[in-house]
Amino acid sequence: MPLQVLLVEDSPGDLRLTQEAFRDVNPFVRLHIANDGVEAMAFLKREGRYLDAPRPDLVLLDLNLPKVDGREVLAYIKDDPGLKTIPTVILTSSEAESDVVKSYQLQANCYLSKPMHFEAFHNLVKSINDFWLTRVKLPQHRNAVEPGKPRLIERQT
Amino acid sequence: MPIQVLLVEDSPGDVRLTQEAFRDANRSINLHVASDGVEAMAFLRREGIHQNAPRPDLILLDLNLPKMDGREVLAHIKEDERLKTIPTVVLTTSDAEADIVKSYELQANCYLTKPVQLDAFEGLVKSINDFWLTKVKLPQQEQGGR
Repeated sequence: MPLQVLLVEDSPGDLRLTQEAFRDVNPFVRLHIANDGVEAMAFLKREGRYLDAPRPDLVLLDLNLPKVDGREVLAYIKDDPGLKTIPTVILTSSEAESDVVKSYQLQANCYLSKPMHFEAFHNLVKSINDFWLTRVKLPQHRNAVEPGKPRLIERQT
Repeated sequence: MPIQVLLVEDSPGDVRLTQEAFRDANRSINLHVASDGVEAMAFLRREGIHQNAPRPDLILLDLNLPKMDGREVLAHIKEDERLKTIPTVVLTTSDAEADIVKSYELQANCYLTKPVQLDAFEGLVKSINDFWLTKVKLPQQEQGGR
């Protein structure tokens, strides 16, 4: 069963680094990309071309994004009874204390700042994988009834 | 500047294991222990004997506790404007899906189950230290207001 990760990031360079790092550390991660806040919300709400989008097991969210910024996306996730249980990790270049505090006030699950150097960035993605996708118990949602969709009962054989 | 960690745990064995594992993993941690939910809230609100308690940088919270259980402590922390920014990690023996979902609904920052084996327990404490106290940006201590 692949792990569904939604990466909300507008920088093509950071996207590529994150994709490559996940490919190295965990082949079971299915990384979905949203380039701005509007796209992220559409993915989470399964609107438009995201009608069949999976529910992410983890969201990696940049703060400074075009259209709708990361703080607003975070507030939306954590105010929505159906989405609030998805762990949402802030991954941003900002180290401003006001951004750190604001993110925890909005109930970000944790706040990480992107390192400048390639190797440190790679290590950070590895530690996100090792902690969030290996150690942490994530809420299951396999048997959840999706709005407007028939209940899918899977049996593992 | 030591890192202040509040461990809310009623099992003396688990308290000792956690203390020893932190001692091995990170010498600049000041580990405070509350053995039930009422004591945890008194520590966080600086009441009674906890008048001079520091604000924790991180809380490790068991779910099944005497007097006031961990779910209630978690709800109080995340409803309090002053306390809600403290990362709160649920650390429990329960792997019941209902407890996992409920904890995330109450805005636990993450949910970990205690392994039974000693070396796995040590490994978990080490990974909490490596991730939360090394990689993560924690909010700084509140200014002023003691």
